[in-house]
Amino acid sequence: MNELGAIITVIGAGFSLISAIGLHRFPDVFARMHAAGKASTLGLGLILLGVAIRIGDDGEFAKLALAGMSAVIAVPAGVHLIGRAAHRAGTETSAETVVDELSDARRLRAAAEE
Amino acid sequence: MSFVEVLDVIAMAMLAVAGVLGVWRVVREGSVADKLLGADLLTVIVVGGVAVGAGVTSSPLFLDVIVLVAALGFLAAVTVARYIEKRGARFAGDDWT
Repeated sequence: MNELGAIITVIGAGFSLISAIGLHRFPDVFARMHAAGKASTLGLGLILLGVAIRIGDDGEFAKLALAGMSAVIAVPAGVHLIGRAAHRAGTETSAETVVDELSDARRLRAAAEE
Repeated sequence: MSFVEVLDVIAMAMLAVAGVLGVWRVVREGSVADKLLGADLLTVIVVGGVAVGAGVTSSPLFLDVIVLVAALGFLAAVTVARYIEKRGARFAGDDWT
């Protein structure tokens, strides 16, 4: 079981590394959100799963599951909050951005109020 | 070194490189929101690193740290996101780095 847990841990660490690379390669905040919010969550989940397989004790497994659940809920929510704050603060999107529905909706609403 | 030890070293090295990339993002480049994304990623990497350490030493002492840091990272992200939202575009542009 030790080997299986170690292999899963390495895969999870690889996802964390991919997430960090994406943070540098993507063009703007709203694209980097996806790298920071999704890949790192999956990577952390796999690392915790691998460690749980290696340790293999019920009490410790409960703690790892609690950490994993809170990470799965909190990390994407936190990153989404950052993206929303950046959009409200007027951060520019990259030139390749095709659709920005939040700006469109805000413009329509402002036009309707006038 | 056994097979498992090699895998442990590889996992730690990957997390170390990811951590360096995250610190570089926080210290050197980008707007406040970019730096905040980097800091958020750093907390996730720290949790992963502590978890790998707990697996290597098979010591249950680290597991409480994992739960705590995972919760604290979310609070930090929420706080600074509120800060950006209130201060407005002036502080989120590329000129305030």
